[in-house]
Amino acid sequence: MTSAQILFYTFSFFLVASSLIMIFAKNAAKAVLFLVLAFFSVAGLWILLEAEFLAITLILVYVGAVMVLFLFVIKMLNIDKSTLRAKFAGYLPLGLIVAAIIVAEMTMVLGHEQFGLNIYPAPEKASADYSNITILALQLYTDYVYPFELAAVLLLIAIIAAIALVHRPEQNRKKQDISEQVSVRAKDRLRIVSIAKNNKEVNND
Amino acid sequence: MISLSDYLILSSIIFCIGLVGIFINRKNIITLLMCVELILAAVNTNFIAFSHFLGNEAGQIFVFFILTVAAAEVAIGLAILTLMFRNRGSIDIDITSSLKG
Repeated sequence: MTSAQILFYTFSFFLVASSLIMIFAKNAAKAVLFLVLAFFSVAGLWILLEAEFLAITLILVYVGAVMVLFLFVIKMLNIDKSTLRAKFAGYLPLGLIVAAIIVAEMTMVLGHEQFGLNIYPAPEKASADYSNITILALQLYTDYVYPFELAAVLLLIAIIAAIALVHRPEQNRKKQDISEQVSVRAKDRLRIVSIAKNNKEVNND
Repeated sequence: MISLSDYLILSSIIFCIGLVGIFINRKNIITLLMCVELILAAVNTNFIAFSHFLGNEAGQIFVFFILTVAAAEVAIGLAILTLMFRNRGSIDIDITSSLKG
């Protein structure tokens, strides 16, 4: 066994094991942590496939931002654990049957006869001065510059949508209303009362 | 050496694990979102494996955009989840059947 094979099977084992633990976990926070382990294994596989930039992006963006967002939401919402797994057993056989059929069909289609090393030989190892990020940047800023800008707009829309959905206008907050302050007149606030000698109140408008 | 079919079979297994997760987690929307993430990771592994073995970087560019869309999806999905919890006090899937008629 070569070292690449050892790494591939190690990462695959941890990926499959942590995915299985994730979907059967009763605690949502535990599930998130095992999904983090699964993403680390996926990043290792991507480095084996010489996609270093995307592997690091996966760890930085997914593990660093998206999974932490999941953890924030789980800790913020008080989820009742006992109700979460009520119908667990009812759908498990159906799910296992569907998954087994899909895996069997995929293995038949994607076997070594169709996608083996004799059909798709392993590409040569990249040289030491090969830079994955340079290749990607050259493509991204020339051929794919329009989709790249669209992705930026999409992220902006996502920010606006997320804020607009969860933002609550604050009640009972003491704040200044400048236009109301400027447009105030003296007679709105001040009432001059002259007190007559016979104690009769006269309104002095 | 590791062949292309090894990567493809591995990612199909991960895809099916995510699918089973969606089947069995009928009560919790957060786990549903995490299973969608797992499925997306499997699909991205497919793209990168083909990109490596065919010597074409377009697959990696595509994964880049999938990551962008997935991040936006998670942000909006969790915002909707927070809103739902605020309005109903629960994130059970069974009670979110208002559109069923």
